[in-house]
Amino acid sequence: MTLPDLVVANVEVPGRDGFWTLCCAQGRVLELVPHDPAAVFPEARVIPGRGLLLMPAMTDAHTHLREPGQEWKEDIASGLSAAAGGGFSNIMCMANTTPVNDNASVTKLMLRRAADSWPNGPRLFPVGALTLGLAGKQLAPMEELLAAGCVAFSNDGEPVADTELFRHALEYAADLAPVIDHCEDPYMAKGSGANEGVMSARLGLRGQPDVAEALQVARDILLAEYLHAPVHLAHVSCRRAVELIADAKRRGAPVTAETCPHYLLMTDAALFGYDTMAKVNPPLRTDDDRLALMQALREGVIDILATDHAPHAAHEKETPFEDAKNGITGLDTALASLWELVRLGKLTAEDIALRFAWRPAEIFKLPHCRFATGDPADFCLFDPEESWVVTTESLRSKGKNTPLLGQSLTGRVMLTVVGGHVVHELARPGA
Amino acid sequence: MNWPHKDLLDVSQLSREDVDVVMRTAASFREINSRPVKKVPTLKGKSVVLFFAEPSTRTKTSFDIAGKRLSADTFGLAKSGSSLQKGETLKDTVLTLQAMNPDAIVMRHSASGAADFVARRVSCAVINAGDGWHAHPTQALLDLFTLREVWGDELVGKTVVILGDIAHSRVARSNIRLLTMLGVTVRLCAPRTLLPKDTQALGAKVYYELEPALAGADAVMCLRLQLERQEAGLLPELREYARRFCLTKDRLALAAPEVKVMHPGPINRGVEIASDLADAGNSLILDQVASGVAVRMALLYLHITRKEKGETA
Ligand SMILES: [Zn+2]
Repeated sequence: MTLPDLVVANVEVPGRDGFWTLCCAQGRVLELVPHDPAAVFPEARVIPGRGLLLMPAMTDAHTHLREPGQEWKEDIASGLSAAAGGGFSNIMCMANTTPVNDNASVTKLMLRRAADSWPNGPRLFPVGALTLGLAGKQLAPMEELLAAGCVAFSNDGEPVADTELFRHALEYAADLAPVIDHCEDPYMAKGSGANEGVMSARLGLRGQPDVAEALQVARDILLAEYLHAPVHLAHVSCRRAVELIADAKRRGAPVTAETCPHYLLMTDAALFGYDTMAKVNPPLRTDDDRLALMQALREGVIDILATDHAPHAAHEKETPFEDAKNGITGLDTALASLWELVRLGKLTAEDIALRFAWRPAEIFKLPHCRFATGDPADFCLFDPEESWVVTTESLRSKGKNTPLLGQSLTGRVMLTVVGGHVVHELARPGA
Repeated sequence: MNWPHKDLLDVSQLSREDVDVVMRTAASFREINSRPVKKVPTLKGKSVVLFFAEPSTRTKTSFDIAGKRLSADTFGLAKSGSSLQKGETLKDTVLTLQAMNPDAIVMRHSASGAADFVARRVSCAVINAGDGWHAHPTQALLDLFTLREVWGDELVGKTVVILGDIAHSRVARSNIRLLTMLGVTVRLCAPRTLLPKDTQALGAKVYYELEPALAGADAVMCLRLQLERQEAGLLPELREYARRFCLTKDRLALAAPEVKVMHPGPINRGVEIASDLADAGNSLILDQVASGVAVRMALLYLHITRKEKGETA
């Protein structure tokens, strides 16, 4: 019989009553059992879990790491550090690097950098380009990318305008790996960073209408149904898109969708004063959109949460609004910021486990932990009472570009374990 | 009177009392402009940087003359020939400007919010001479000055039509804010492609046809049409725009008998306004130019002398 080498004792688990003890050995879960104060584990490291919540480690299906090419914003080592601190065991990095991840050598470079800097995880899963150079003209060598270690294909950041080509991309990828689409009609005010509405009209900013997103969502749904080929819709931000997805799912269309914490927590009111930290693509929308996304997430119309972690350097945001880069850094703060919604009773910890850990790993066929015997020991310990202030120092990502800077959050990831290895640990005062 | 604002970013920051101060000060400077020697020593030894990151001969010249008539030294920093073209960020330009230690920066920039961005990073006064589609407060104040010369200071009950490319117009946004604050009824008139989608955000009544917009109006402000709007797919050919929206004598007959016509310039004759109207007796277009110098003198004076007054008070 195997003896546990890593134990979390006396911990609460979302969706289960009472206190529990998690026993792991050799990187895998042995068992999760009701806590027995008399149990002793002489061979194990025992982590006291009182006051903490045991969460499955999360999978981020939408991360931008900037290596190769823009390491001043983020590199693979710093991105994985942020992932560890945020409670993630798996992150999927988008292909819009320089050069673009459209061939095996770039994929392999990414994986080697990850293995060198974080040999024990978090695990990196590259997303290969859908088209060569993300140019939207010619399909990327998807089988080659898959063989090198990519787990999905996407033109994220450069939506494919050519519907004929996108059709073929879906057909070709159908036998290889899922396609993730950045839904934005590229002809409608591309990358403006502000929702077209009252706020953009007042501030005199070019707006990107929600229909620009919904048009592309509708196109993708129709193609997915027509071809019986799956599409994953990235960072959905608006009610119109939610309604289309709900309809499509009722018909059984093979689509899945994600949204990001910032669309659940903020609206375009954050743009007041031309705050470039709140400039993101798709843009922050209205409160009506935010509420629609909340409901869709609870009901599963939106399948998963993803960060769209988009680190940028300070000088790339310290500009007038129109010149600023799009994007919010998200790995460090994802769980803690969402916790606000749990405290308000809008989401449960189980919702988060399902939408940020289990479903994304299922959709993209990645290792994950449901606390069943034999699962990889991928978990994090979350202190729901710990309050902390988001500062440039507290973020492990090189990207400090978040509207949360200076704000106080309640709830913090204290420890992250990937495959039985502790990859992040904060000292607990008084523990 | 101590001027309470470090910067002038938009008219929305001004109270009615502030607007009165600007109007009174401009009126006193207006007189200087009709003297044989049009120069007073008021701002001697002060320096004003004219930072125009977007070409604008008119506004720049107007500020330049305003500064010189008050004996300030004015320095131009234009986009062409400066490091701006070499990819320097606005932040670096700001640090350079600050190091020159001017008393005021007058700035024009193609990005909405750019003046605000600079104002938060320099210690001297920043006067917004137009930022993106957002605001052009000095134009709105000079338009008001021009109207008050004709109407006196009782503006409640007057109706002003703003005609043309509202969506992309900082002139329109600032004028709407200022005129509605003073009790003027503002009507906006443009094809839908030249209006923001959510027009209620602007707080004025919107017309998509010219004739009803003009009915009984006391003044019509035509906006300059950027001719590239055709290429952007916002308009068919200019001839069609002119057929629907060009201000002509016949159409203007629908307005109040004493109606005044305004235009911030430069004019596309025959597109925004019929050529004969631009030169007609009820046109205030050249008065606007004259008012511009007086209002800008007032604004430079109020912002540059503000600190010293506060210190000695
Ligand atoms: Zn994207």
